[in-house]
Amino acid sequence: MRFLFKTEYEDDIKLFPHSGYVVSYGILLAFLLIAPFVLSSYLVSQLVFVCIYATVGVGLMILTGFTGQASLGHAAFLAIGAYTAAYLQQFNVPFPVYFLAGGLLTGVVGALVGFPALRLTGIYLVIATISFAFIVEEVLARWESVTHGNEGMRVKTLSLFGQAVPQNGPTFYYLCLAVLILTIVGALNLLRSPTGRAFVAIRDSETAARSMGVNVSLYKVKSFAISAAITGLAGVLFAHKLSFISPEMFTLQLSIEFIIVILIGGAFSLHGAVLGAIFLVMIDPFLTYLKDDLPGIIAGIAATFGADSITAAKIHGNVAAIASANGLKGAIYGVIIVLFVLFEPLGLYGRWLKIKLFFQLFPLYKRATFKRQKIYVKSERNR
Amino acid sequence: MLDFVQQLVSGIALGCVYGLIALGFVLIYKATEVVNFAQGDLMMLGGFFAFTFIGMLGLNYWLGFAGAVIAMALFGMLAERVVVRPILGYPQFSIIMATIGLGYFLRSVVGMIWGTDDFKIETPFSDGVLRIGSLVLAYDKLSVIAATIILCALLYLFFNRTTLGTAMRASSENMLAAYYMGIPVKRVVSIVWAIAAAVATAAGVLLAPITFIHSNVGLVLGLKAFPAAVLGGFGSIPGAVVGGVLIGVIESMAGFYLPQGWKDVAPYIVLLVVLLLKPEGLFGVHMRKKV
Repeated sequence: MRFLFKTEYEDDIKLFPHSGYVVSYGILLAFLLIAPFVLSSYLVSQLVFVCIYATVGVGLMILTGFTGQASLGHAAFLAIGAYTAAYLQQFNVPFPVYFLAGGLLTGVVGALVGFPALRLTGIYLVIATISFAFIVEEVLARWESVTHGNEGMRVKTLSLFGQAVPQNGPTFYYLCLAVLILTIVGALNLLRSPTGRAFVAIRDSETAARSMGVNVSLYKVKSFAISAAITGLAGVLFAHKLSFISPEMFTLQLSIEFIIVILIGGAFSLHGAVLGAIFLVMIDPFLTYLKDDLPGIIAGIAATFGADSITAAKIHGNVAAIASANGLKGAIYGVIIVLFVLFEPLGLYGRWLKIKLFFQLFPLYKRATFKRQKIYVKSERNR
Repeated sequence: MLDFVQQLVSGIALGCVYGLIALGFVLIYKATEVVNFAQGDLMMLGGFFAFTFIGMLGLNYWLGFAGAVIAMALFGMLAERVVVRPILGYPQFSIIMATIGLGYFLRSVVGMIWGTDDFKIETPFSDGVLRIGSLVLAYDKLSVIAATIILCALLYLFFNRTTLGTAMRASSENMLAAYYMGIPVKRVVSIVWAIAAAVATAAGVLLAPITFIHSNVGLVLGLKAFPAAVLGGFGSIPGAVVGGVLIGVIESMAGFYLPQGWKDVAPYIVLLVVLLLKPEGLFGVHMRKKV
């Protein structure tokens, strides 16, 4: 058990509150650095997706988790970043330039979306961001001189300082990892700056923030712009990873997946964004694994409980039929979302905090520590 | 001119379907201040129930219709009990996410059970047209318009003339206060979900001759119903239908007179403009709290 006694104001905003953090993050970083040499190329490829999704997750966490502005339109920001990269690449623009240009342009678009969003709250904001995403999707499909419409665009292999960086090689993985780490550190620094504190104040109570002198509109637009810019940077990497982009890849479905990342990661923290990304990317291989092995396992369990071979074979067949049914993934997604909302609203990181607290307070832990308060919101129409 | 009227009528018929789905949003929003993102999927499931009763079991159309409506009302109550009630009173975003999850689940499960093909329900209105001069109006479109008017009138009377309707409005204004006044808020919410699911089913069955029923129809139409509900002002029953009709007509006109691609975007552009200029919608009441 370790108690942190904070004696100075600086203790509150340290990046690493105590040496344990340095050790554990150091081990994690070391593992991530040697990953391409130990893990199979498939897993490394999944890790690249984890990095990209986590970057988007950090961006969305700043907007939704810390500023309290829901958005279901982040697929559009990702698309803008990806298309900027693909378009500029045609003119032999070097990678660092179009990488930053992708982020910048997406940030500007994000600010432009943020301005109209100032007047909207709650559900109206969600609907407005959905419509923005639809309009972007349609523009990408119709603006054929730039985006090649529904045919999609081929993205050439990334070249950095004259060296080709294939999207399956370790160098690309390191690039994505570097972007993720820089984004996280940047976001951490942002969140302990006055800007970040203003964001949190707006999330907790807009009225209170305004009366403390926070320029609510300015910070809301800033939050939109920063969140969009980070998503745009991830979009550039996304385009390179897939090496082909088309409008139907950036649908509402993808926006919902990003929301799943921060919902399941949870707990209003950047840890949550990363954990959520790991969850979302790894659930696919996990389901494939289940699909292959689960029927055998269940039939085996049935056999040990005394089922004869015919029944066991029947069970095997039924489970295999369900497991290979089309759309099982969607159903499982749906169930997971509902279960997390109902039983673990703080997400995976919240669960980790609970486990940690349990061991810290061992004999005295109370479940009620994390009990949510019902608020029975009054009508939003009377405001 | 004839083209214009033809487009207008089919736009109105399509708009009525949007309006019916939007009605579902509005009902739930009126009672709980929650937007049910699974509304379109409830409609889709209702359509599939009706298809099972009518197309597969060979029941009479009206019997199958009634059966589907009752089954879906029960399903609506079940969904409310399992997914919404435990988180009633928590922030809106949780409930939105829960209903998105419910929608995901319904779409996939329906795809697993009935397959991903298109289905068609035979209705008494399927064939036959009404000719007025050289104007040709299909009965299936007219039936949608008529049913919408009837349902809308019934719901309007229900909300404004019955005790239960008043209780629903009260619990939407302030859930806790309504509870203290002796209104069984939980039961009210449950009934609202049943009604919303039943209305959605009616929309799904009426829609079946116009668009075929498939597992994604709910997502597509549900997202078109958002602009309808916002345009009319969330929380206004006549607004939902008028908004739906406007969206339907805009879409139909944009598809006919504007270049390709505008048809799908036009409703959302209108939506964004409305949100910017008049966020409370055309029929929405903008109330101010007196301190």
